[in-house]
Amino acid sequence: MDYIDYYKILELDKGASIADVKKAYRRLARKYHPDLNPNDKTAKGKFQQINEANEVLSDPEKRKKYDKYGQDWKHAEAFEMAGEQQAPYRRPQGRQPRAEDFSENNFSDFFESMFGGAPGGSRRGQAKFRGQDFNAELQLTLADVYKTHKRTLTVNGKNIRLTIPAGVENGQTIKIPGHGGAGVNGGPNGDLYITFSVTNITKFKREGDNLHAHVELDIYTAVLGGEITVDTFDGMVKLQVKPETQNGTKVKLRGKGFPVYKKEGEFGDLFLTYKILVPVNITVKEKELFRELSKIHKHEN
Amino acid sequence: MKTEHLIPVEQLCSHYNIEFSFIDSLHEFGLVQITKVEESRYIFPEQIHELERMIRLHYELEINIEGIDAISHLLQRVDQLQDELRILKNRLNRYESG
Repeated sequence: MDYIDYYKILELDKGASIADVKKAYRRLARKYHPDLNPNDKTAKGKFQQINEANEVLSDPEKRKKYDKYGQDWKHAEAFEMAGEQQAPYRRPQGRQPRAEDFSENNFSDFFESMFGGAPGGSRRGQAKFRGQDFNAELQLTLADVYKTHKRTLTVNGKNIRLTIPAGVENGQTIKIPGHGGAGVNGGPNGDLYITFSVTNITKFKREGDNLHAHVELDIYTAVLGGEITVDTFDGMVKLQVKPETQNGTKVKLRGKGFPVYKKEGEFGDLFLTYKILVPVNITVKEKELFRELSKIHKHEN
Repeated sequence: MKTEHLIPVEQLCSHYNIEFSFIDSLHEFGLVQITKVEESRYIFPEQIHELERMIRLHYELEINIEGIDAISHLLQRVDQLQDELRILKNRLNRYESG
């Protein structure tokens, strides 16, 4: 647990007035408020620090204690114990959360150690406030998100049964209303935000709703055409190969891609790129025939 | 119009301990939609999340309505850009992984 220089955090000197503290707090809060820095964990941490610093420096009693024991805060309790009979800590009522991602539990060990708990004080009395929002990450595979399915998550000790719609994208965030932190003074619960991390170890590459894959084609089918069987994400399909198909040719299998998010029954397309394989380890007879083919080809062109 | 799924503005103001004039100003700036049913004013529950953000910006950071309007536009733009970035990252990943 390190000493925290609250003056430094608010960019103030020790002689700063309460008005200076408020001014500095407002300036920095505008810069780092989580509402103005969505999904920015650094800003969230910084905002937490300036809140804590403001909580101490704008309260004359706390500031006095902090100034008195500051660097030696570890001994503050011992000094106080020796000096007076301690009253049990009473958690202040009516505190309002300052931001959706901000939790009283996020105050530093240093703060807890010096001031015994979460900060108090309220600007608007017993206002009802919505609980904090929670953020969670859910790891899924590409196969998982191919179909709409249900999953049970444990968030803050509570089990939540979730329906994960097919077609969810890597990095996408969905909101589950009312499953965040409990409201303050009877306010509504916060929301739960789940960000999906979708890993793909299949041979299919996903681009939005479309899938891409390579299909190996022997030279004979490429030249003469024919029917082949190819893998799609949900099974095998038969595919007609046109004669004289070139290496790198792309074909589109309409509706064989990935499900479109929240559009049941709609699918993207599957794009297959042919990779033509030149035969290896050919026999003498094959070689002769290739030579003959080559001669005919040159003669006719 | 059924009002069972709507939130009365009066109740909202008392719940968040805010002045009606604040909601009215947000409405004037087109930041909140207020629906009138039989002389009573309501807002749609879908707007609550945004409204709470605007309440925080105004009461905690002392940002005026013009500022909230500008911030709302910029945050929408940030959202769009983040979505675009996510899609591009996923696309880039496709090329990087061959």
